[in-house]
Amino acid sequence: MTVADLLLLALGAVAVGSGALVVTSTHLVRSGLYLVISLGALAGLYLVLGAELVAWVQILVYVGAVVVLLLFAVMLTRAPIGPSADLDRPAGPSALIGGGVGLGLAALFADAFRWIEYPAPPPGTAEVVGKQVFGTWVLPFEVLSILLLAALVGAIVLSRPDIGARPAPPAEPAETEEAPA
Amino acid sequence: MHVTIPYVVGAALFGLGVYGVVRRRNAILVLMAVELMLNAVNLILVTADVSLRSALRGVPGEAWSMPNSQAGSGGVFALFVIVLAAAEVGVGLAIILQYYRMRKAVALDEVRLDADEERVDG
Repeated sequence: MTVADLLLLALGAVAVGSGALVVTSTHLVRSGLYLVISLGALAGLYLVLGAELVAWVQILVYVGAVVVLLLFAVMLTRAPIGPSADLDRPAGPSALIGGGVGLGLAALFADAFRWIEYPAPPPGTAEVVGKQVFGTWVLPFEVLSILLLAALVGAIVLSRPDIGARPAPPAEPAETEEAPA
Repeated sequence: MHVTIPYVVGAALFGLGVYGVVRRRNAILVLMAVELMLNAVNLILVTADVSLRSALRGVPGEAWSMPNSQAGSGGVFALFVIVLAAAEVGVGLAIILQYYRMRKAVALDEVRLDADEERVDG
């Protein structure tokens, strides 16, 4: 057990514990804040594993943007601030499925990578990642930029206020988005 | 370092995400559980970059394994997955907010996919 192992164990315990609180908490807002803790612990795990740029991008994008978006959505849908009882279905089958998937994958990984000491990786600097992105993976990078643009346009189109408003004169079957009458 | 620890952590997080997706009724909570699953995959990718790179050291790079013989491909994949997750959350929240504006609810098991006629009536 080296220092890296202890760090991995501690951060992994934090990540899994707060992840369990994300999926079991009855507060919507608290669930989002536990998600912040879980993602922060994952960023720490990335740091220990030598992927520094991934860790900082994780904090920047996930903790900074994605969770804020989720909390915005919680506020905008007028979710109850206090604990609410009807957030969940009965726990039995979902616990069976989730526990089965988690335990099965864990057994698979623990069997494939046994208790073998791997050498600690050199710290992955942004230079290495930049060479990878713009050398080997440049085509997926460009495809990803097109996908981001499409997602942006799609989100804007989806959030137009005249999609579901529908003052509905029934004589006019204007169903398409291009001609909202 | 023992890479079994982050692998098992990733598997546990993925299981928790599956549990959340199956159990939760609120659509935003389902999105949070999906985020947990994506992060578990990211962790497994980064860990595979550590373990499989050292296992592949000295293997002559064939055409299909060329990216694996360099350092950092797992991190690049994790970055790609982070960007994909950001796009997914943007579009997903747009859908959820639009649905909330139409029906005043975000409970997933009350969504009726064949409710078009009813909407024209009401």
